[in-house]
Formats: sequence, structure tokens, C-alpha cells
Amino acid sequence: MRYAYYPGCSLEGTAKEYDLSTRATFRALGIELEELPDWSCCGASSAHTTNHLLAVALPTRNLVIAEKQGLDLVAPCAACFNRLVTAQHKMEQDARLKGKVEQVVEGEYQGTVKVKAVLEVLATDFGVEKVREMVTKPLKGLRVASYYGCLLVRPPEVTKFDDPENPTTMDALVEASGAEAVMWPHKTECCGGSFAFARVDIVEKLSNDILAAAKSNGADCIATACPLCQANLDMRQKAIEKQFGTTYNMPIYYITELLGLALGLEPRSLGLGTHMVESLRLLREKELA
Amino acid sequence: MCWCGSNIASTVDLDRVQKAVEKLTNVVHVEQNKYTCSEPGQAQIVAGIREHNLDRVVVAACSPRMHEKTFQRTVAKAGLNPYLLEIANIREHCSWVHTSVEEATPKAIDLLRAAVAKVIRNTPLTTSTIPVEKRALVIGGGIAGIQAALDIADAGHQVVLVEKEPTIGGRMAQLDKTFPTLDCSACILTPKMVDAAQHPKIRLLTYAEIEEVGGYIGNFEVTIRKKARSVNEDVCTGCGICWSKCPSKAPNEFDCGLGERKAIYIPFPQAVPNKPVIDRENCRYFTKGKCGVCKKVCPAGAVDFEQEDELLRERFGAIVVATGYELFDHSVYGEYGYGKYPDVITGLEFERLINASGPTGGKLKRPSDGKIPKTVVFVKCVGSRDEAKGFPYCSRTCCMYTAKQAILLREKMPEAEAYVFYMDVRTPGKGYEEFYTRATEEFGVNYLRGRVARIYPKGDQLVVRGEDTLVGAQVEIEADLVVLATAMVARRDAAELAQRIGFSYDQYHFFTEAHPKLRPVETNTAGVFLAGACQGPKDIPDTVAQASAAAVKVAMLFSRDELETNPMVATVDEGTCSGCEWCKPTCPYGAIDIKTIEERVGKRTVSRRVATVNTGLCQGCGACTVACRSGAMNLKGFTNEQILAEVEAICL
Repeated sequence: MRYAYYPGCSLEGTAKEYDLSTRATFRALGIELEELPDWSCCGASSAHTTNHLLAVALPTRNLVIAEKQGLDLVAPCAACFNRLVTAQHKMEQDARLKGKVEQVVEGEYQGTVKVKAVLEVLATDFGVEKVREMVTKPLKGLRVASYYGCLLVRPPEVTKFDDPENPTTMDALVEASGAEAVMWPHKTECCGGSFAFARVDIVEKLSNDILAAAKSNGADCIATACPLCQANLDMRQKAIEKQFGTTYNMPIYYITELLGLALGLEPRSLGLGTHMVESLRLLREKELA
Repeated sequence: MCWCGSNIASTVDLDRVQKAVEKLTNVVHVEQNKYTCSEPGQAQIVAGIREHNLDRVVVAACSPRMHEKTFQRTVAKAGLNPYLLEIANIREHCSWVHTSVEEATPKAIDLLRAAVAKVIRNTPLTTSTIPVEKRALVIGGGIAGIQAALDIADAGHQVVLVEKEPTIGGRMAQLDKTFPTLDCSACILTPKMVDAAQHPKIRLLTYAEIEEVGGYIGNFEVTIRKKARSVNEDVCTGCGICWSKCPSKAPNEFDCGLGERKAIYIPFPQAVPNKPVIDRENCRYFTKGKCGVCKKVCPAGAVDFEQEDELLRERFGAIVVATGYELFDHSVYGEYGYGKYPDVITGLEFERLINASGPTGGKLKRPSDGKIPKTVVFVKCVGSRDEAKGFPYCSRTCCMYTAKQAILLREKMPEAEAYVFYMDVRTPGKGYEEFYTRATEEFGVNYLRGRVARIYPKGDQLVVRGEDTLVGAQVEIEADLVVLATAMVARRDAAELAQRIGFSYDQYHFFTEAHPKLRPVETNTAGVFLAGACQGPKDIPDTVAQASAAAVKVAMLFSRDELETNPMVATVDEGTCSGCEWCKPTCPYGAIDIKTIEERVGKRTVSRRVATVNTGLCQGCGACTVACRSGAMNLKGFTNEQILAEVEAICL
């Protein structure tokens, strides 16, 4: 299995661990990743709040490169994934827009590349059962709340992946790793996203709801597949605890970190230990690291 | 040629049309009226026929659907056969759809030229008569069917009322109180149920379904399947010993599965007839082969395990379809828990939970743990007005029954809080707006304008998160019970029934009336009428009104001994018919049969198979004339020759 790999900006910065763990886990599973040459920013939230043409053109530039590469594209970041599939969806619906975008990016867009989130590649293309078979260090006793956030599964007509209200792909991977997937209702609640810059109060409230729900449903930790979700829940957890007078001390992992661990990879090679909320202690307590 | 006030005259230059039409071959005389359908307008036609000794008339006016009958009577008054009249539709097909006089005028001339070309080829047609079987079939024993049956029977005609459940009563029997008067549903319904059972002209067939329908208006042939009840109705006294002793239990459908019933049961205490039925899937005797307690204890010896389905063949002159509705399955709403939270219930389930004959004896206890709810949230428009997950239409009853349920809650349990999430509050009925006002003002029900985005469990409660659009804020309510006003949808088997009887239904499988305003209880199939929610979402007052209207239509039909048939039916030219039988499967009314004729060829007599048309069944659709390969099939009034003449007049 071979894919083109689009890390996106976050995975070069705040979400370095996501990049490390994705590459390492995929390598361990025998899935080849070929980084997209000369990739550029997808535009994230900034582009689509500024200019609609720009918001489609930025991801399309990368799609055009991927088409030349001739491989399906993996975008681990939920926002990148969402922007890329949104651009595809918009151009499918609107031939005039497609023409304009092609002028902007100075290239022809064919629509031949499938853009996939990490979860889809692992659970659907590779297969949950095959992951389970390759697990060497089952994460026994770890209770994980799978947190998908807003952008991976919505809007369903664009993402065309898993259930928009109660997704289960990550839960299946968590179970495959030997951990326990906790049933909880906040799988697709918003963490506050990029309001982290303008309205910290909103982000703290929403992220607190998510942490509280995970805790009250018996989770030890949360698994994510989105750099911004991870950042809000992890980086702001101390401030949230102060604001709401509570303690969570809840590690926020990337799903690829947990899978990598279960596949027997070195915790450090997956970026574990670099989180804001101490991420190794829990694993040591459970004798998993 | 009619001006139709300014409807036609402002877009079509009728003087120019007159000049052109006067020059056409066979045209003797042309006149214009401001309103041809008026009495003076009609008088002018009669005078014109007499003065110019005309034998054909063309009226250029509105659609034939409007006034064809009027003008047919007009020409008949002057002694002409009514089918020697032709209408050129220069309103709907011309003046209304064009804005430019320069475009509309030549088109009007073309339409007239075509009508003249056809009318020359028209031949006199005469109607025949068919007898009417004065017995009505009413399908569905809810309030619609009961009302229709009672009214038809009171008009003096025999009625067979068929209900597929073991009792009549339908949805209305499941309700607690009714808006806007809050009278007890059962109290006003059960007298009608008893009336229907005791009426000398009504025969009840419960636990029965329609198997097959043939025939046509005045002469339907219907096969009814009377399902095996396993209880001899003629002998059973309804004493109730059998169901009190029966050891097997099953969820009670009448209580929406919230309570239990026995395997031999009546659905509710006031069931009519008060005769039990054995649910063979849950009966120990039928599943395990031993038990038979009911048979042993029955003092009348009515239990009959050997009973089999019975097929009854009956003749009817008219059919009233009153099969009602079902509720939308809200499990497609993931944000409301995919139907998996036990304390998220439907409005109908709420009715059962507050009803004295319900599973909780009328004490509102929530399904999960039997706790008395303190905070109840009502969510309106679940499945209605939602094109993404449900249906675009409004279910019409939910605004009112939600207000009613909130009132009942506050009345029974003043310490409980009621919240209603709504998009709009629609109260278009007598006393409805006043009732809603009472809910908010007198009973303190909290109305929040906005949609509910998510319902999720927290502890033993449910958090209902939604938007209050009037305040512009997100709200979260910790509720003990959530009641969803789920949409009214057509019954699962509605389309199948419509196909079986042969009338049309819409994209949502509600049955289609013949005209949305002017023929609201008729179907497009003569002799088949509609009543109640099978035609579209409806509350009880509207249902009863429609049922009585349908009954009047049936009584009207039965006031005649014979019916005039439509003379515009298909006819076979036996000389050219090759007997290929291709027309037979094409006919949607089953009106074509094959017969054997004998003819002389040279000196021999040979027999040959040809098509023949049952003129009672034929509706004149013309499908067979298109299918016929030898051109032997023709539709009277629309013959191939007549249609081609029209086409030629327009195109050549």
C-alpha cells in the first residue's frame, strides 16, 4: 500500500508528534508514505473566512500535485482533510468555479485523487482486523474516549466517511489496539477550534465539557485525530482546570501514538512524552510503557 | 371565441384570430364573447347553431377541464350530439403562458386550426348505462372509517367495515385527551365504535385485510382475507377468562410496546368487538405445541386452534379508503440518540404513558427506571419540515398536540416543568390559537424558538442542547424525559394498497385526491374515495369532516340505480386486429380481454382470436391505442385519424 502524504503545517509545528507517530505507525504496518513534493498550506480556517476562491484554490494546488504523483492522498490533520475534500466537492458541483480555480493554480484539476483521513486508511483500506493481528503489546486496561471533533465526519455529504453523529472508526481501532473504547456522547462535539485565539472563554467552556464527559464516562485518556482538538484539550487543560476548579490530568493522545505503542514501537519515537499533560505516567501506571 | 374578461383578450388579438379563422375551410360563422360561459354567451351558441344550421362547434376558451361539460350541454340544447363540440384551449395553453401578443396570437390561430380540423372528423357518441351495487366497502376502522361507515349506513346503505387490527378504534383510541377541548379521546370515540358494531347496516370485519380488488365504479369485486383469529367470534362472549389465565406475554402494540399483553388478548378494555385473538407467534401452544390453557378454561368453547384464514368474495359499488398513518421513525436522528435512549419517546408513547388504560395506569413514569419526571422537554418538527433527514411537509397536528401534552403535564404535575422547542407555532383551527395561548399563559409552558442540536445522557438525565433564536443563545436543559413530535407518515403498505385498488399516491405515499381544492375526497379512480390521514396529515376534526364528505359522495352514487358510462372508450376494429394480445398487459384497468370470433374466408369458416374492450372498465386513457401494432385499437373521441388531423393542422 502506497499513499501520497500531506502533513500540512500543524504537523510541522504543534503537532509534530502526530507526524512522527503517523509515519512510524504506517511504517510498522507496511504502508508506504511518499510526501507530496512542494506542498503548501491548505488555507485552514483563515482562507475560508477571507476569500472563497482562495479557500478552494489553496487545497487545489496540492490536489493538482497529487494527481501528477498518481497516488491517493493521506491528510492526517482533520482541518487539512476537510479543506481538501471540500475543495473537491465544490469543484464537482460548480464547473465555473473549477475553471477559475484552475486559472489561479495554473494547472488542470481532474478529480482523480481520493483524499483520505488517517482513520479511513487504517480502518477501511488496511483493515481493523489486520491491525489487531499485528498488535504485539496490547494496551490492556487503558480506557480510551475516542474523540473525532467536528471536521472529520461533517458535513457528511462532503466527508463521506463514517457516521456524522456517532462515528465508530476510531473506537474500532482503539479496540484493535487492545484498549477499551469508552462509550460517551461527546465524540463529535466542537472543542472550540480556532476560537482559541479570539475567544479563549468559549474554547475553555467547550473543551471543559468534552473533558468532563470523558471523565464521567470512565475514560483514562482521550484519543484524537486532529491537531487543533489535541492542542485545545491538552495545552489548555491546566487553564481549564483552574477556570472550572477541577482536576482532570487526562492525557490527550493521537490515535497513531496509541496504535504505534500497541505495535511495539518505542514511546519516544512516537513523540510521547512531549505533551503538555504528562502522557507517559498513565502508560507506565498501566505497565504499557 | 371567449375573451375571458382580460384573461385571454389582453394577450391574444382576437380580431386578428377571427379574420384568420373565418378563412378556414368548413368554418361558417365566428363570434366573440366577453364571457362565453355566461348565460348570454351560451345563448349565442344556441342561436348560432340554429341560425346557420351548424353541425359542429368549436369553442376557443379555457381548458376543457373547466367548461367542456358546460358547452356540451349547450350544444345539446340546440339539438347537436355533445361530442360534436371541440374546445381550443387558448387560455391555459396560450394567453396565460405567454406575455407577448405577437407570440400568443399566431399560436391561438394554430390551436383553432387544429380544433377545426378535429371537429370535422368527430362522430356522434352515445353513453350507455351500468347498474350500481349499493353496498360500500370502508377500509380502515379508525375514526375516519367509523365515521364514513356510520354516515353511509345512516343513509340507508349496506357497509362492510374492514380493519386489519383485532379491534376498530385506530389511533384515536390510543390518545388520552384531545385538543382544543381536552375531552377524553376514548369517551367520545367509544360510543361511535359501539354504534358501528351495533348498526344493522354495518358488518364489521376485524383482523381482516384486502387481498384483491377488481371491477369498476358501481361494480367492484373485492377479496377480503379474514385472518385466523383462533377464536370463534360467534360463540365467544368476551368474558376474559382466557386472557387472564394465559401464561405467555408479549409487548402490547397498542401501548407502543411500553406495556405487555397476553398471547390471547384484546388490545384495550373497550375493544370492539370484545373478542380476543391469539397472537400465534407468541402463543405457547403454537410455538411449543403444548399449553392450551385458554381452550381449557373457555366456558363457551370458543377457542379454535385449527381455525384458518378465510377468503371472502364480495361485491361493492363504492370504496372508501381510510387507512390512516404511521409515525416517523426517529432513529435516523443520530443527534437524538438514534432512537436508543429509552427516555426519548414519541408523542404517541407519551399519550399511552398518561392514559389511565396505559401501561402505567395513567401515572407518568419514564420508561427507563419508572421515575416520575420533573423536567420534560418537547421537541417539535422531528421528521417534519426537514428535507435532510425527514420530509419537507408539515404534519399539521404536532403544534397542537404538543401544547396539549404540555398542558396535561402541568395540570397533572404542577411541580414539573415543561419546555417546548419549536420552529413556528401553527394553530390554524377553531379555538386552536386560544388553546396555545392557554398553554403559555395559564399553564406556564416554556416555549423556546429553535432547533435541538443534540440530546445526550448525563447521569440518569438527558441533556437537551438547542438554540434559543429569540435570545440568540445556546441553551442546555437537563431533562428527565424528552418527547419528540415525530412526523405523520404514510403507512408502510400504503403504496401497495393503492396499486392493488388502482388509484394514485404522491411521492410520500399519501393518497392523491382528484383535485386539491375542488375534489378533495375523490381519487382519480371513479368510485374510490378517501377519508382521513391516508390522504395527508390531518387532525381529528378535519378527519371526521372528510369522512362525512366521502360518505356523502358514496350516498350520492347510491342514489342512482344506474350510472352513465363515459363513451370515450377504446374500440377494436376486429377486421385488422391480429390477436397479438399486446394491448392486454398495457391496459392499467384490466379492461381488455381476448375473444374468439368466427369469419368466412372464401368458402370456409375460420375462428380467430381478437381483443375486446370491457366498456365498464375502460377509462379512455388510450394506452392500448399506442401499443396496438396493427392500428386496430382506437379511442372514441380521440381516434388516430382525429389526432393526426390536429397534428397536420398545426404542422403543415
